[in-house]
Amino acid sequence: MSRLLPFFGFLLLVALFGFGIWWNTQHDQREVPSPLINKPAPAFVLPKLDDPSQTVSRDNLLGKPYLINVFASWCIACGEEHPVLMTQGKSIGVPIVGYNYKDAPEDAKAWLTKHGNPYDMVIADQEGRTAIDFGVYGAPESFLVDGKGVIRYKRIGPLTPEVIEKELKPAIAALAKEPAP
Amino acid sequence: MSAHPFAGAHQVREKPTQRKFRNRALGALLQLGLLLFTSVSFAQAIDPLPFKDHAQEVRFQALTRELRCLVCQNENLADSNADLARDLRHEVFDLMQQGKSDDEIKQYLVDRYSDFVLYDPPVKSSTVLLWFGPLAILLAGAVVVVVTVRRRGRAAPVAMQDEKPNDEGDDW
Amino acid sequence: MTPELGQLALILALLLAFTQGVLPLVGAWRNNRALMAVARTAATGQAVFVTMAFLLLVWAFLQFDFSVQYVADNSNLALPWYYRIAAVWGAHEGSLLLWIFILNLWTLALAVLSRRLPEVFIARVLGVLGLVSVGFLAFIIFTSNPFMRLLPMPPDGGDLNPVLQDPGMTFHPPVLYMGYVGFSVAFAFSIAALLGGELEQAWVRWARPWTNVAWGFLSAGIVAGSWWAYAELGWGGWWFWDPVENASFMPWLVGAALIHAQAVTEKRGGLRAWTILLSIFAFSLSLLGTFLVRSGVLTSVHAFASDPKRGLFILCFLAVVVGGSLLLYALRAPKVAGGKPFSVVSRETAILIGNLMLTVAAAMVLLGTLFPLLGDALNLGKISVGPPYFGFLFTLLMIPVVLLLPFGPYLRWGKSDTPVLKRVMWRAGLAAVACAIVAALLTDGEGKAIAGTAAAVWCGFGTLLYVFKRWREMPAGRRYPAEMAGMLLAHFGVGVFLAGVLLTNALSVERDVRMSPGQTSSIGGYDFRFDGVQHTTGPNWQGDQGTVTVMRSGREIAVMHPQKRTYTRGQVQTESAINPGLFRDLYVALGEPMDRTQPEGAWALRLYDKPFVRWIWAGGLFMMLGGFFAAADRRFRTKRVAETEAVPAAALQESRA
Repeated sequence: MSRLLPFFGFLLLVALFGFGIWWNTQHDQREVPSPLINKPAPAFVLPKLDDPSQTVSRDNLLGKPYLINVFASWCIACGEEHPVLMTQGKSIGVPIVGYNYKDAPEDAKAWLTKHGNPYDMVIADQEGRTAIDFGVYGAPESFLVDGKGVIRYKRIGPLTPEVIEKELKPAIAALAKEPAP
Repeated sequence: MSAHPFAGAHQVREKPTQRKFRNRALGALLQLGLLLFTSVSFAQAIDPLPFKDHAQEVRFQALTRELRCLVCQNENLADSNADLARDLRHEVFDLMQQGKSDDEIKQYLVDRYSDFVLYDPPVKSSTVLLWFGPLAILLAGAVVVVVTVRRRGRAAPVAMQDEKPNDEGDDW
Repeated sequence: MTPELGQLALILALLLAFTQGVLPLVGAWRNNRALMAVARTAATGQAVFVTMAFLLLVWAFLQFDFSVQYVADNSNLALPWYYRIAAVWGAHEGSLLLWIFILNLWTLALAVLSRRLPEVFIARVLGVLGLVSVGFLAFIIFTSNPFMRLLPMPPDGGDLNPVLQDPGMTFHPPVLYMGYVGFSVAFAFSIAALLGGELEQAWVRWARPWTNVAWGFLSAGIVAGSWWAYAELGWGGWWFWDPVENASFMPWLVGAALIHAQAVTEKRGGLRAWTILLSIFAFSLSLLGTFLVRSGVLTSVHAFASDPKRGLFILCFLAVVVGGSLLLYALRAPKVAGGKPFSVVSRETAILIGNLMLTVAAAMVLLGTLFPLLGDALNLGKISVGPPYFGFLFTLLMIPVVLLLPFGPYLRWGKSDTPVLKRVMWRAGLAAVACAIVAALLTDGEGKAIAGTAAAVWCGFGTLLYVFKRWREMPAGRRYPAEMAGMLLAHFGVGVFLAGVLLTNALSVERDVRMSPGQTSSIGGYDFRFDGVQHTTGPNWQGDQGTVTVMRSGREIAVMHPQKRTYTRGQVQTESAINPGLFRDLYVALGEPMDRTQPEGAWALRLYDKPFVRWIWAGGLFMMLGGFFAAADRRFRTKRVAETEAVPAAALQESRA
């Protein structure tokens, strides 16, 4: 019955829209999944925030997994994420590298002094060029990099206790099960 | 009002005027309720760059029109005033100066931001429906049209002598 | 107190809409004249209360009633009165009120102008429109009430988005909605026909003028939106294939197919089921547009605030209305092909091909618009679909339509003679080629310009050929019946539109420049001299105004004043300066000072030369006029009721077959 074709086609459409509404409640539409998962982190070389004469590169950090947390003083959501990092930062089990994104150094330092510094080290990307290599498009974002320098997990948006429990810690645990590099 | 758990939770670089605006209570109200662009000066998209010649400028414009500004609500890189868009435009410009082709530049961005950054969806297995769906519908419809025309053509050719119009004044 | 009156009015309107929706349909089913007569009365009543609600909202805006949440969100003390009125439809809740207000305008017009139509039929039509009203009024009252209070009342409101503070934006939604909502009439006619089993073609004649007018308004609405985007947004573009733009374009495409299919059904009796299906599609796409803009399902610059609850409500409404009508179609649409036969070379065939291309184009736009959502559903990854996809496929699909266009009026119903068609082909073809050669010489072989000229002349001159033919062959007063005039205007408009699109595309020049006061930059043969920037103010904004003097061959052409405005709430908006012209627009947008601490120094500016851009909208306006003229044909207004009342018996037998 070809006459029923439009009706069934429409039902499919309604199903799609129903899915769309549901999906929207679960995800941020503006989240762009990273193509860098399971790919090597970009070979970055960035100066430290408190001592620009010293630089840190990806190769310096090989050997053990670490978390890069992209933040900035102008970023309000980072301010919301910050207390979580202060309280739970140590418990996640890997060092956290603060990645200061497109910020004036004085602003960033003042912000950290005011709100506390949960990071084991802080590197600064003032221009944001290296961030492009990471596929960063806003803040906060967090990358879990394993001992071999491969990105294993990316979080777009602030780290909440729930995300840390349900996503980050399991990802870190999974790394621990792998043979050491 | 958006019930979204992540509303406003991922931010992009803003100008000082916008920060001041945001800090006002009504500014927050507006953020949640409004349609279209949330303000933001278009001005930043106007970004004179030192092109070698007009041809390169045209090429740059065409290319940035095909690339998406990820932090905007559906705008291309050429016309977006977002900071990230400006950064990416400069990146594209630098890559052009280095002699990279359009495809190489697109691939560079796709490697970092996924296919989402392309307004011209790549033709791959995941987009087969998109690129060939319309053709399939066209072919199916064409079959129906051909069958219809044939069937009507065969029906009583004598009847076509009857050119009496349906209506007065219908002499065309 | 008055906002509560508005709310009350809406509730009363809902009750009346319910009455209008249910009783006449029952009456038509049971042949109960009293119940059927309720339709017009209920419709009038509903219109009264909806108008009251609408005017009360306008009043709230004019009186700065910030105790109403919607007014507080969308206006402030500094907003000029004309934009306060426009603010009524500037956001979600108010635009829905506009929707239902316009639906009532159409319903009322129908109730008044349909006295000569059979009672049973019009009862069904008004009943269907009543049910649609119920859906919208319920949506407004339960999820999107514009009269919600904001207490304590703030001393000042937010602001109407500066981008909306523009005459084009003021005009665009009402006109667009006249089109969108107008398709509900064709829809109601089709549903009434399906319900009643009146499958002879008379009902299509009644539906045609309403459909043509709705399509005309939609054309104008789309033109207004495109023009506004060009003038206001500062990027010199006029169409982005954004989901919300597509939401208005799909009904337009299907509507264009519909008005042609209706012609076949009315005059030749063919395509009856297809015409009904198309009218269901057209209105469904209108409703779909409403859904897409408000559900948050798609990312768009245009989208109203998204809310899953609202999205779900509209989706259910959509499912019931469209699903119900498509089910009804499956059950009751004519199963046997009717109408007079036609040969391969005939107007019917051409219209069928045109319908095919327009419908496939609409399907393609739908697919491209929804594909990102599909990608999420089927886990295909996050994909963007933009102008490169839509523009490419749309152009391909329209080639057959463009090629067939000049032959339209020359083709006869049933069977056409090829010699006359061949003559048209040679004449229009030669004209197109000749102009294409001229274009090639003038533009240095620019491919799109050549193609654009050829296509435009093929359509435009081809249409003019028929205009001349009628002029020569027919006596004065009988040359151009309104319906034909409409067809010729619209077809000519296609040619104008094609010229505008393809030539602008091919020949536009854009450049970002850095200029100090006194410096000159050149594009397209025009010299733009930057004469510095001054501070300036408006009713609710302050800004910087640049002065740019345009010269050509040393002669001053214009002085342009691009602005950068900061509105009361800190929003910054660029007001580009446009120097309009019949054959080109010059366009200047002010950027930022190169050094923010030195506004008297150099600034960044964007300069455009856009040849033939106005032809895009001129073409659209021709099409609009075409729709209106075609609807005005005397034929649609003559008394035909007696004739059709005799036919239902035969038609009923056919429907039971």
